[in-house]
Order: sequence, then C-alpha cells, then structure tokens
Amino acid sequence: MKGLVPQRAIDRGLLDRGHHARIMIGIMAIMLFLTVLSAALGLGVTRAVGDLDRGFAGKLVVQLVEPDARVRDARAQALVARLNAMPGVQRVVEADRERLAALLRPWLGDSGLDPDLPMPVLIDVEVPADRVSAAIAAARSVAPDVRVDRSAAWLAPVRRFLATLGAVAIGLVLVIAAAAAGVVLLVTRAGLDTHRDTIEVLHMLGSTDHQIARLFQRRIAIDTLLGGAAGAGAALALVALLQARLAQIGFGVLGGAGLGAADWGVLALLPAAFALLATAAARMAVLRALARQL
Amino acid sequence: MANIVHFEQVGLRYGTGAETLSDVSFTLAKGGFYFLTGASGAGKTSLLRLLYLAQRPTRGRIGLFGEDAGALPRRSLPALRRRIGVVFQDFRLVPHLSAYDNVALPLRLAGVRESAIDAPVREMLEWVGLSARATAKPPTLSGGEQQRIAIARAVIARPELLVADEPTGNVDPEMADRLLHLFEALHRLGTTVVMATHDLHLIGRIPQAHRMRVEKGRLVDPTGALLHPPGQA
Repeated sequence: MKGLVPQRAIDRGLLDRGHHARIMIGIMAIMLFLTVLSAALGLGVTRAVGDLDRGFAGKLVVQLVEPDARVRDARAQALVARLNAMPGVQRVVEADRERLAALLRPWLGDSGLDPDLPMPVLIDVEVPADRVSAAIAAARSVAPDVRVDRSAAWLAPVRRFLATLGAVAIGLVLVIAAAAAGVVLLVTRAGLDTHRDTIEVLHMLGSTDHQIARLFQRRIAIDTLLGGAAGAGAALALVALLQARLAQIGFGVLGGAGLGAADWGVLALLPAAFALLATAAARMAVLRALARQL
Repeated sequence: MANIVHFEQVGLRYGTGAETLSDVSFTLAKGGFYFLTGASGAGKTSLLRLLYLAQRPTRGRIGLFGEDAGALPRRSLPALRRRIGVVFQDFRLVPHLSAYDNVALPLRLAGVRESAIDAPVREMLEWVGLSARATAKPPTLSGGEQQRIAIARAVIARPELLVADEPTGNVDPEMADRLLHLFEALHRLGTTVVMATHDLHLIGRIPQAHRMRVEKGRLVDPTGALLHPPGQA
C-alpha cells in the first residue's frame, strides 16, 4: 500500500477540481493571450522609439540659401570643412545638386537645372546627440543665416505617438494583470465556499492556515500556468507572424519595432509572472478568509 | 493525576439566542475515560466543539493541556489541535480522498515522513476491518464503514485527548464492541477519552469510566467523580 497516492496527488485531491478548473484555465488563457499581445506591442514600440532616438537625435539638415552661386559654393565648402572638423562628427555630406534638380523637375521642368536658379545647398550632418548644439553653432559661425532642420524635431509627433502607444500597451498589461488577480480572488473565494467543510476538518485535524493556503496556491498556480502556456503560446505565434510580416516591410519607423531576443524572453516569462501573481493573490485571499474563522 | 481539561464557568451562546451551555465547570484528569450523555439538543455536541477547539466560549475559561485555550491566538491552535483526536458525529471524511488517505491525513498534516506513514495507516485500517477498502472513496463506503474510517483517522496520531461524538451510532453491536476495545486500548496507552453516546450498553462495558451528563445546557455529575466546581470535590 506504500506510495498508494503521492503527496502532491493528495494535496490536489483535498480540493475537488471539477469544471471550475477548466473555467479558470480558459480565463487565464485569454488573459495571457491579451497580455502577451499588449506586452509585445509595448516592447516593439519601445524599441521603435529607441531606434528613433538613436537614429535621428544627431541628424541635421543644414540649408544654405544664397542667390549668388559663387558665394553660395564658397560658403558651402567652408561649412562642410568646418563641420567635418568638429570632434565626433559622423557624417557631413552635401546633397547632390543634380539629384535635387531631378527631384524638382516635375514642378520646375528643365529650368530646375538652370545654374542661375538660386537652389539652396543642403548638407546632411550626423553627430552624436550631445553634439547637436555644437554643430549648429559651428554652422552658424560660418554662415549666420543658415537654416538648420533637426530630424528629431519633425519626427517628434511620431515619437510622441509611439511613446503614447507604448504607455497604453504597458497600461493594458497592468490592467489585465489586475483583472487576473481579481479573477483569482473570486475563484479562490468561491473555492473557499465550496470546500468549507473540508477546510473545517483540516483545521480540526491541526492544519495551519498556511498549509490550507498552499493547497489553493498550488491549484491556482497550476491552472494559471496551464492556461497561461496555452494563451501565451498562441499569442507568441501571432507575434512571430506579425514580426515576419514587419520584416517584409523592413523600413523606417516600423522597421525598428521588431522584437529582440530579450523581448521574446520577457514575453515567454509572462505566464510564470502571472502564476506568481495569481499565487500571491490566492494566498492573500485564503489567509484573509481563514483569519476570520477560528 | 494531572488535569488535561479544565472548564470554568463556561457559557456558550450562538448569535443572540439563549445560552446553549451555561456555567459549565469541570476538570478531566489525564488518562481518564469519560462518557458524555444527555438528551438530543441538551448541548453535548456544543460541549465537545468547545473541547476540540472548534468554538470559543462566550464566557468563562477553558484550559487545555495547561494552556488557556480561550486566550490563545489563532496561530497557536493548530499545535493544540494536533494533540486532540476528533470523531465527528457526521464523520467529516474528505470525499475526494481514499479511505487510506483520509486515515493518513493527520500524520501528513503533522509533517510525518511518507515512509513512516504506511505502517500505522495499514495497522489502523486493519484494526477497523477496512484493509480491503483502502482505495475506496468515502461516498462508496457504507455509513458504518465511513464511521470506522473516521475513528481510524481520529486515533492514528495517538492523540492525548480523544473526543468522539456518537462514534458507534452507525455500526452493528459487534463492531461497536470492537471500536470500544480500540478506545480502551488507546486509553490504556494514556489517552484521555471523552465519548458522547446514548448507548447504555457501551457505558456499562467500561466500569471505570466517569459519566458526565448534560441537561438543558448545564452539566450534571451523577457519579461524583468530577471536580465540580474545580477544586471543591
């Protein structure tokens, strides 16, 4: 008869599982599905914002408008030389004028190539983000009337939108986590009602509140992990599909929204995190309820 | 002989109704055998519930194993309860556990190693004649079988105090004698036994037992063996 029923089986057997377990698993699967999607969105958007910050924070376009072509060319050369002389500068390139004229051709026709037309000189500059002000000052020391466009400035609304989207996604994760904790509290309280007689017997046999709480914790943790694995698995598959589609687009802001290995790791850990949260919620609910009994 | 239980002017009231138990005072000696009798509704089960710490008294003082049980914090009660074996009138078996696991439950709750559980559980099942039903779940057992499992569960941990509420109410006379023999054996090993029963035949089987009678919530002491009130016998 030895080893007739393993200890863990006895612990589980003390609390009849029944159809409540399936409901709990189903709810947790849905919760984790939504959580993983929200978290993936949050992580992807955070990456995209980081990419924007890294990619555009140090990018400038210096515009030099000068009607006299000779003066313009001389000042442009001086500008390029001055900017190239700056410490830490990564890139100083004057835009190809023929290419500019080609871009203007649909509006100006061939007159866009007329050397007398006062086309501005555009210089792409890339410096470390903390050197932007110095670069602008350097450009203005050569040509005080240059116009400097910071790429980060015109991308600021996009960045704000992405940052807001990221915050909303993280908020959603927190809301779903709170809802999951609420569900666990309700399920645990229902379980306490269902098993009132068994719990009373356990108390009379000398069981401590912590022993009884562990029965509920174990059950809730298992249900959360089972449901979480199913929901998170489905969500991860969906995120992988979306990532593959994103890679096919592969440009600009969206290109930076792809998830890295660490992000996938975080998403894969969410079911375990939810199981821990659910365990803590169940423990709190049981201990509080039992404290009201003798 | 040392005392194991001490009730002093204990009163118990459920809600706002009249007192179910009033001014109950008695002392039980360690190793004694006590029958608790009384008509249905007289307060026997309430008195037993106070004894096995399922209830706190509304007033008065209850001493158990030298501790003021009424004043102890909740966290101290499990340790005290593990020294008490209880046979409930309605058995209170855990329906999802096998007979074996129901009997093993007090040992497991007390943290006894799995390897040290099998032998006593097997011995106890044999004692109550249910070795062949070890894997059966309570709902598949007869009333008498459930009662025997409940008794086995109550005595498996060799409690210092055994409280039994009508433990032979659902078994045939032969099994009742056998169970009483088990209680006697435990008593001989030093367990204090308090048994509520209506069965006069059983009471007569243990001549050295003291008899406590509850009438309308008050304790009567027909044998004069109890200290009532304590210290004045």
